[in-house]
Amino acid sequence: MSDDNTRWGRRRLLTGGGLAAGAALTGAGLLAGRQEQPPAAASVSEAAVGEATAAFHGPHQAGVATPPQAHAVFLALDLRRGTDRQGLARMMRLLCDDAARLTQGRAALADTEPELAGRPARLTVTFGFGPDLFAKLDLGGSPVRQLPKFGIDRLQTRWCGGDVLVQICSDDPVTVTHSQRMLVKDARAFTTVRWLQRGFRRAAGADPAAMTQRNLLGQVDGTIQPADDVHDRALWVSDGPGWLHGGTTVVVRRIRAELETWDAVDRGGKELTIGRRLDTGAPLTGGGEHDPADYAAVDGLGLPVISQFAHIRRAHVADPARRILRRPYNYDDGLTADGTPDTGLVFAAYQADIARQYLPVQQALAESDLLNEWTTPIGSAVFAIPPGCRPGGYVGQQLLDRT
Amino acid sequence: MRPINTNPARWRMAALATVAVTALAGCAGTSPTPAAAPSQAAAATANAAAVTIRDPWVKAADEGMSAAFGTLVNTSGKDVTVVSGTSTASPMMELHEIATVDGKMVMRPKQGGFTVPANGTHELAPGADHLMLMDLAAPVKPGDAVRVKLTLSDGSVLEFTAVGKAFAAGNESYAPSHMG
Repeated sequence: MSDDNTRWGRRRLLTGGGLAAGAALTGAGLLAGRQEQPPAAASVSEAAVGEATAAFHGPHQAGVATPPQAHAVFLALDLRRGTDRQGLARMMRLLCDDAARLTQGRAALADTEPELAGRPARLTVTFGFGPDLFAKLDLGGSPVRQLPKFGIDRLQTRWCGGDVLVQICSDDPVTVTHSQRMLVKDARAFTTVRWLQRGFRRAAGADPAAMTQRNLLGQVDGTIQPADDVHDRALWVSDGPGWLHGGTTVVVRRIRAELETWDAVDRGGKELTIGRRLDTGAPLTGGGEHDPADYAAVDGLGLPVISQFAHIRRAHVADPARRILRRPYNYDDGLTADGTPDTGLVFAAYQADIARQYLPVQQALAESDLLNEWTTPIGSAVFAIPPGCRPGGYVGQQLLDRT
Repeated sequence: MRPINTNPARWRMAALATVAVTALAGCAGTSPTPAAAPSQAAAATANAAAVTIRDPWVKAADEGMSAAFGTLVNTSGKDVTVVSGTSTASPMMELHEIATVDGKMVMRPKQGGFTVPANGTHELAPGADHLMLMDLAAPVKPGDAVRVKLTLSDGSVLEFTAVGKAFAAGNESYAPSHMG
């Protein structure tokens, strides 16, 4: 329900840029009052978005429970032939050192454009390991496996799989690109690039912090998240192999939106498909966006108000501890000659257990979600996201340093 | 928390100073490791050299020459000069500067070594003063740890680990004989 949204909103105030920005604004006000330098004061507050930081080190990797930044790159890498476990460990050390510096607004070691590093804008860099990596490096059983094929899938190889995930998120697109450049330069001695997906949301500050984003179909997207009291249980791994405790898993699905045919649907049809009002995001059974849907409600003809095949009914998970953390980004990668957009979602879902939490929802949607008519999965990848690391360590160390 | 200071140079200095302190604390007494931990790579030797190094790294190279960089930091009240050095990557190290000779940028041995001013720093960077590794014994690969020892004018030795980084620049041609 609203839980995770308010949670994200509250977190932003407590730990993210919100508090810092508030402090900067207060300071700016004082400064302006005392010294009468409105231009200087304005510049302090205007850089608040750019100067905000998210911690890189910690028990969990940043970029998962972090309130979603405006811009994201999902980069999948494959091991080069000859990169062994020690090689991957060397790469992870290099990348984590880069990330530790860049996320705090400092140049990476040997940064060729150090001036581009000064505006982290809540930069996070998150690393994951794909299923094939475990077999290639004899690391034991993979805690994640590729999703089974679904009838709705039209997967393209160029958006699927990958040994290593590097997820780069920031409220500033230049910071994302510079960070990507520095990370790739350190990664390419060990890996080749398999795919790269860029995504975006509303700009930082465009929406109130706790507001749910809209996708490019116009739908309020991401209302239901794991409930606050079970959030950590739904998100972070606490059983299975010890090296993953405190970590999570991610499913990255590239879902094309068929905007041309979606445009041909009238507003009532669109709302019936999703089960929510387009304007407020409220369930068709009434209330506000964060009020629960009444799946038992029927209309005057005895038909369900929320269709048996509506998206929110198919995706509904009654147990809040089994919900997935949705952190989707829009993509918009150009037009055909006749103006048809190549657009959709880079749908990133995080959960402690893919089989227990993600798969049942995906199965229910694949079977009979009305929305399937206008959405097509064209990419699919899964990764284990190890826990965070301490200064001097690196992500995945518990796995890769084992003898 | 986020620094309110909007002076980028000062911000960077403050941030790097923090790193240097962390590195010294984190690496005391560790032995050479096959993979360098970049953020922990600097360490003074037991005799507490007056000069330390911040953010040391070495350009990855398959063969021939390479170079090591970083920021030398003098915490003492006297000028200290780096007079010579050795490394595990090559049999010979020279202290180089970049100079313009006949309108071309060349590198050459720096007469008198690198002087780190009292309570000051001396930058070793591509296109400027650097530690030149001659005739690499083996490829320096990204992420490799290269152990470096620098002998200082006060008789102390600064020992540290520089991490291998892929880097495109720093390709000035070499003018071995000093033209000055």
